[in-house]
Amino acid sequence: MGVTSSLAKGGRIARERPGVFVVGTVAVFLAFDLLRKLLFFDLYVGSYRVLGGGIPAAQLVTWLWQGIVVGLAYGLAGVGLSMTYSILGFANFSHGDYFTTGAFAGWATAFVIAGLGRFDVGDLALVGAGQVNSSQLNISILSKPLVIVLGLFVAAGITILVALLIDRLVYKPMRDEEGISLLIASIGVALVLRYVLNFVYSGRRPGLTANVAQWSFGAIDGQFAVAKQRSAFIVAKATGEAPEGSVHFKIPFIDIGNYTSQIVGVTAHELTLVVASVILMYALHLLLQRTKLGTSMRAMADNKDLARVTGIPTERVIRDTWIIGAGLVGVAGYMFTLESGTIFFRVGWEILLLIFAAVILGGIGSIYGAIAGGLAIGVASETALVWIPSSLTTAAAFAIMILMLLFKPDGLFGGVTTA
Amino acid sequence: MSDADAAQGSGLRAWLMRSDLTLILVTMFALYALFTVLGVILFPTSDLVGSLASSLQGVTQWAALYAMLALALNLHWGYTGLFNIGVAGFMAVGVYTMAMLYNSPSGTPPGLGVPFYVSDFFGNVVGLPGWGFLVGLLVCVLLGMVAAALIGAVAALPALRLRADYLAIVTVGLSEIIRRVLLSTEFQTFTLFANLDVKLGGIEILPDLALGTGAGQGINLPANPVRAMYYLDPSNPGEGTTGLGSFLFDLAGGVGIRQSVVISWTYTGFLIVFVGIFYWLLVRTGNSPFGRVLKAIREDEGVAQALGKDTRRFKIKVFMLGCALMGLGGILWEGSKGFTDPTSTTFLPLTTFYVFIALIIGGAGSNTGSVLGGALFAGLLFEGPLALMQVVNKTFNLGNVNTPANVADALGALAGLDYQPFLAFVFAQRSALRFVLVGVVLIWLMQRRPDGLLGHRKEEASTVNLMERDKSRGGGGVVAADGGEVDE
Repeated sequence: MGVTSSLAKGGRIARERPGVFVVGTVAVFLAFDLLRKLLFFDLYVGSYRVLGGGIPAAQLVTWLWQGIVVGLAYGLAGVGLSMTYSILGFANFSHGDYFTTGAFAGWATAFVIAGLGRFDVGDLALVGAGQVNSSQLNISILSKPLVIVLGLFVAAGITILVALLIDRLVYKPMRDEEGISLLIASIGVALVLRYVLNFVYSGRRPGLTANVAQWSFGAIDGQFAVAKQRSAFIVAKATGEAPEGSVHFKIPFIDIGNYTSQIVGVTAHELTLVVASVILMYALHLLLQRTKLGTSMRAMADNKDLARVTGIPTERVIRDTWIIGAGLVGVAGYMFTLESGTIFFRVGWEILLLIFAAVILGGIGSIYGAIAGGLAIGVASETALVWIPSSLTTAAAFAIMILMLLFKPDGLFGGVTTA
Repeated sequence: MSDADAAQGSGLRAWLMRSDLTLILVTMFALYALFTVLGVILFPTSDLVGSLASSLQGVTQWAALYAMLALALNLHWGYTGLFNIGVAGFMAVGVYTMAMLYNSPSGTPPGLGVPFYVSDFFGNVVGLPGWGFLVGLLVCVLLGMVAAALIGAVAALPALRLRADYLAIVTVGLSEIIRRVLLSTEFQTFTLFANLDVKLGGIEILPDLALGTGAGQGINLPANPVRAMYYLDPSNPGEGTTGLGSFLFDLAGGVGIRQSVVISWTYTGFLIVFVGIFYWLLVRTGNSPFGRVLKAIREDEGVAQALGKDTRRFKIKVFMLGCALMGLGGILWEGSKGFTDPTSTTFLPLTTFYVFIALIIGGAGSNTGSVLGGALFAGLLFEGPLALMQVVNKTFNLGNVNTPANVADALGALAGLDYQPFLAFVFAQRSALRFVLVGVVLIWLMQRRPDGLLGHRKEEASTVNLMERDKSRGGGGVVAADGGEVDE
């Protein structure tokens, strides 16, 4: 009876909302196929192999982890885009270039501090466009943590200043214009910012960081293990004994037999990105819940005129919105380039659509939605490798964004605005 | 509208505004004058005519291409208010569909070789062997437009009920998906129906078809058709020229104009004809009952619906028509090169923004404005700054200066009161600075002149001009009180 009633329900959805039905069917199929791939189970109809191929579970875990890492950066960057979208009412196409601005400001600072006294300041501040390259500076979170942290603060600070300056020059005179006019103006801002950065920092793609320690997580003979080198697991597999320098212990309740393999490798810079993002997101949560700013923002997003007559200082709220949004996107750009290890003047533009995808997925205006959407887009674009080649994963993320706009434009959380 | 303007404007402006054709021609001649002055400074006197002919050809070609795409976009944005920023994607669909249908099955990447079948048909069945290939090419171009229109429909069907800014994100996302698919090595070469062996009476009804986008390697396009007019063998000029070719090449050669420039000018002439066709098509569309509904949708979709118009169907149709024109624009854009690849700037979102800027300069909603905007964008923002930088380069003799490696060195030299290295650096970075200029102009336009030059001539949604009737009665105040514009 349960089966028939759910079949009837499925039939009703198929008739009334065919789009949702198709998307739902595809999602169920993908979930089934993922499970099948993890179990290395080929599906035959007659003698035809309809579905084949498998994915080792460790590979999936690695993709998930990488998805979470970039997803947190997208989420952090998305917060500002989401806030300006709901409060100022336009899709800011220059947001990606704020991301790049933060990255360059942070790295210029990190380079100058790391190389002060040894190299010419002008060369250092040009981040690889000058006569100094990263291998001469040996910057990493383990060797020079203070340099990285100072760079982070400057990344936020400079991006905030740039955003406030641009707001004063470009958007403030256009406050009462329609969203589309502001959107077009923001395309102009994006061009100016991006190519000023190109003028100053050249079109090269210099490296930034020194090689950094990686911790390998996995299992040795059925025990959970952490090692400093991936090779530890290979040695363990070959000799049957745990090598020196690895920590391993039995996890309770789960029996994984005598499984020996690395499951996921985590670098110190990935960990830095994750820790910094989580701290900033929690701080943002506190800020919006404990102060009146969050309430004012929600009020302004709902109805700007009503907010003004209620006595909310709208210009001050707009300023605070830019400060929070730009600060976070600047840090996101800096952290993202720390993790990837290279920088390029188009880096922000190239991920802008992914940030849009994150914001739309989470629901425009919702800050928690932007964070969740960022994680979802990050994980989706990495785990899409299960089905499609790497050259098309970004396209898949855009496709998710378009489908979301078409079927659920309010986003996953039903359009809860700001916090 | 323009009559009312003429009555109010000053002498020169009134004369300019009297006829749209005069306005465009005067603009083009002003651009030519500017580039001639720059050219006289730049080019050596021995080759002045040839170099000038080439430089003016460049300006005209870009002006025509931007005018064409601005017109197509005007149909979306200016007429109907559909904010499509995926222009480059639809251009790519047109170009690639055309190329994949046209290319020979034995080529790299392989195509369907439609012209071969068509010329077989014309040669063996109709008995006109000479025409087959041209007809085949036209068939491929038409199918390219159809493909662009269909992709447009796929985007439009669900997306048109979205808010304008959502449509913007959907279209720019779609154009990036298209570009990434074209770049992906997965489709460099592929075989359609490879796994489908459906047989009907012993004959496979879905034969395996090898196709390819060429990915980063690029894809061959049909040779510039102008070359076939002038050369006996388009791929090998050494084989000799046709009668028309010899005549024109001799004529041009007499004043020092190279053969390649003659070919480019002829192609540009075709482009100008196409601008005329686009313009005519848009005017016809705009004045038809269909066009009036479009303008009504732009002004107030709710009212159009209340009057019983199925606005969704109108929007989908006009979106498809505009996308088809963008596909054709893309084909003409790449048509003289004989080759294209997805890394070329043509298919980047930047091209879309350029077309938008051209349309905004001219004034969204006005067809003449679109053409004017295309010409001004191509002349003053696209080609002009580069030519001006060349003049700076020559005037300050920067060729002999060691270009600083980076901005710090350049500024260092400037601080030492040595301006030449700094200028040399600026010259080396001229293409980046051109983008900055384009951005600044875009911001300025949106702040100061959001209507562009001719945006005030946005075509009326009604058949008769309601404003004018008011004026003739000495009224107009009533309309103003309702929020209508008194000042045109």
